[in-house]
Amino acid sequence: MIDFTDVTVTYAGARRPALAHVSFHLSEGEFALVAGRTGSGKSTLLGAVNGHVPHFTGGRLGGRVEVAGCDTRDHPPRELAQTVGVVRQDPLSGFVADTVEEELAYGMEQLGFAPAVMRTRVEETLDLLGIAPLRARALRSLSGGQQQRVAIGSVLAAGARVLVLDEPTSALDPTSAEEVLATLLRLVHDLGTTVLIAEHRLERVIEYADRLLLVQPGGAVENGPPADLIARSPLRPPVADLGRLAGWSPLPLSVRAARRLAGPLRQRLAGCDPDAYPRRSSPPVSAVETIAAAPVSMASAVPSSGPTGLRAEHIGVVYGRTVAVRDATFELTAGQITFLMGRNGSGKSSLLWALSGAGPCYSGRWSVGGRDLSAAPLDKVREAIRLVPQNAADLLYLDSVGAECAAADRAQGSPPGTAKRSLDRLAPGLDLASHPRDLSEGQRLCLVLALQVAAGPPVLLLDEPTRGLDDAAKSALAASLAGLARKGRTLAVATHDVEFAARLADRVLVMAAGDLIADGPPAEILGRSSAMAPQTAKVLSPQPWLTVCQVAAALEDL
Amino acid sequence: MRTYLLPRPLHPGAWWLWALGAAAAASRTTNPVVLALLVAVVAVVVMARRTDAPWALSFRLYLFLAAFIVAIRIGFRILLAGDGPTVLVSLPRLRLPDFLTGASLFGPVSVEALAAGFADGLRLGTLIICVGAANSLANPKRLLSAVPGALAEFGGAIVVALSVFPRLAESAQRVNRARLLRSGRRRTRHVLKELVIPVLADSLEGSLALAAAMDGRGYGRRAEAASRWTGAGFAAAVTLISVGAFALLDLGGAPSQLGWPFLAAGVALAGWSLRRAGRRSRRSRYRPDRWRLAETVTAASGLVPAAAVGVFSLLDPAAAYPPASPLALPSVPVFVVCALLAAVVPAFATPPPPLTTDDGTETGQNNNGGEMSRKPPASTEPIPPESASAGAGLAAAAMAKPALPTAGAPRSAGTPPQPAVAAGPADKAGAAA
Repeated sequence: MIDFTDVTVTYAGARRPALAHVSFHLSEGEFALVAGRTGSGKSTLLGAVNGHVPHFTGGRLGGRVEVAGCDTRDHPPRELAQTVGVVRQDPLSGFVADTVEEELAYGMEQLGFAPAVMRTRVEETLDLLGIAPLRARALRSLSGGQQQRVAIGSVLAAGARVLVLDEPTSALDPTSAEEVLATLLRLVHDLGTTVLIAEHRLERVIEYADRLLLVQPGGAVENGPPADLIARSPLRPPVADLGRLAGWSPLPLSVRAARRLAGPLRQRLAGCDPDAYPRRSSPPVSAVETIAAAPVSMASAVPSSGPTGLRAEHIGVVYGRTVAVRDATFELTAGQITFLMGRNGSGKSSLLWALSGAGPCYSGRWSVGGRDLSAAPLDKVREAIRLVPQNAADLLYLDSVGAECAAADRAQGSPPGTAKRSLDRLAPGLDLASHPRDLSEGQRLCLVLALQVAAGPPVLLLDEPTRGLDDAAKSALAASLAGLARKGRTLAVATHDVEFAARLADRVLVMAAGDLIADGPPAEILGRSSAMAPQTAKVLSPQPWLTVCQVAAALEDL
Repeated sequence: MRTYLLPRPLHPGAWWLWALGAAAAASRTTNPVVLALLVAVVAVVVMARRTDAPWALSFRLYLFLAAFIVAIRIGFRILLAGDGPTVLVSLPRLRLPDFLTGASLFGPVSVEALAAGFADGLRLGTLIICVGAANSLANPKRLLSAVPGALAEFGGAIVVALSVFPRLAESAQRVNRARLLRSGRRRTRHVLKELVIPVLADSLEGSLALAAAMDGRGYGRRAEAASRWTGAGFAAAVTLISVGAFALLDLGGAPSQLGWPFLAAGVALAGWSLRRAGRRSRRSRYRPDRWRLAETVTAASGLVPAAAVGVFSLLDPAAAYPPASPLALPSVPVFVVCALLAAVVPAFATPPPPLTTDDGTETGQNNNGGEMSRKPPASTEPIPPESASAGAGLAAAAMAKPALPTAGAPRSAGTPPQPAVAAGPADKAGAAA
């Protein structure tokens, strides 16, 4: 179905090719997962399938890409529309129509299908994807998972036999992601659709994949069955890590497979207390030291023994007649990292924005270090609380990293170089002359984090910081956050990334429909949840192990 | 006949013809009775046949705008002191200096002047209300997408551009909130750098993503290359139409008897070229609005008052344009009243709009830092089990027909919905060549 023959893609002005001598063949009905570090050329690989690269992006394509017998050299994307469907991370940016039904029909209209055929196909697609009740809904009013399913349906309705998906679930909460993946699986099994999907969170997808395409930093692609490749790959889902640790063979890729092998391991671990072991490997000492040197201006006013970092009472956020946050009352302890979890739209972001002083707030009071901030001007709130929003790049508008740092220092009245030093601690070696838009997702996040941390606010809020980060960037972020917490800062992180939370959380708050519904240590909240349990917990339950690291440390002790 | 009144959306063109007819009627008279009757009729129809879509709620705004225009007109009559025998109040006269043409402001305010201002304003206001009625009854996007094939791509581009607007507003809101976070100041001196450029960069990125998505979904596919004859036809048509227009309007010294023939030939040629060019695009329309009896009734009921008022203004100019003085209640002949009442027919003799299940209040508030997608409200109507199973049955039945690609059957043997769409490699090669 998809044939790559010695494909090399070089973008204009690039010294190295983005893809180098890639050859593989995918047959009909295969589910292939593309993995690799950020910037390794995953998107280029996906784009090359429908001719988006190089027809749309520019660049030079060597070798041959054939899809269903059509060479992309001779067929621009619009002519392959009937064969290849592309779904991106943010479906909303690709929607053309207003309502679900019209969106499903759009592709067929462009291809000139007869009206009667269109009518039946729209109905079938609605049924196939389980979105029939949404048919007249405005696309903007749908949830992320529903939007993603509409996007899949809209290319499928036009007859696509190959689906190319670029991180389709990275913005979704675990349940919506499951929904989307289940849909894809059904298509593969029922219709023989060929699926090529790129994803950072391997643990979500790898168990379904027939084939793994591992994009190396140099642009080469390793290609093979997931179980073989994953053993050698630096990127591994926790369940495979656990399997390697326990010496299971074949290496399990799904929770089900691992659980069937995990009996002996559970027995060995039966007497251990998971809480006695660290949940993530400690970073090298030097990194901890440098991060720990970050200045903390107001934290000195806070006593050091488990003090309250932030006290919030009756926080409410209302949009029109929708209550986003209802009467949230909680305290955050200084020196702890509190994770805020819950499905998309449960009010996590609204709560963080309200606390930051920049978002709407309907009611409530909150204070940091005894200072009431609910009525304080934004300037005062910012001295105490800083937010790193979800679209971190929105905060950057100058034309170089150096200029951003200098502007932050000026705005805060701190001595020149403060922000630069804080950046060096978080992301050493970032070129000051580079343009913020040219940075990778992880680098941009570090830059924003550095700018927000530089002034030394005692409370730091992060909204969905791991979106788009690969494993290495996530580990670096985890180390930075842990360092900040160790210095007595109060951190709150809203995320759906359960594995990240399992590694780092000191405490977990769960929100649903605007209410705070659960509050407790991660072992209790994550370990016992069905939707939010990390893979290790799923494999080893009922014992509350959260990460592979804990298990490794315990096994060493035994 | 029973199906005639089944709820369905009416063709947007029908509503526009109806509204333009009413507007044409309004433009041919200043008789306030006729105009008031017209406004009443239009309002009744809008109330009876508008949906609850966002654009349908704009009618009130047009009413306010019309009232504002009437008020302005009356205000000017007071300011510029219209003469008349029945003086209501006498304001002190203000003489402007000579270099401002020496006109005078204020002075005696007469009832006649006010009435004339009212009638004048009412005419303009009625025109606006008629256009507003069309806007709130017809989905503007569906009207755009009903354009002929040759213009379909432009129509499509405009539709897409329209749907980008809410996105732009959202991006502006997001950037502004980010700016607040970053600088902590509610106001900024660097609007360009901190707001405009990020929003533009954002929308540029959005447009690129959209363009890529549309490209990947077949936008801009052509059945055949552009023909030279079509282009020549358009050029000739434009030339003919402009010569005709010049001749008719007596502008360029062209002999005026050439006017109509040239214009007619130009329009015909333009129609031919459009048709020819339309064949080039192989688009089709999903659930196109069809023109049926109800549409004809609606359009005709709008044209009746236009014709009647036109005749009225020719036969009896004194009644159609009542003089300002002496002040009297203008008379209206019975046939005009009947014709005006004909315009109310669509209020009951057209199919009512279907109920929308979409929860309109949910849209546009999705602004929480970009992501916060709201939880979907529970579907407003539960799906009865029999309809669900009927749907499944339909799907199964349709599966048997060559519609969706089934696992075993290769697609090329499956559905060639139209000969032109069979996407075999041979066809592709032909299209590429």
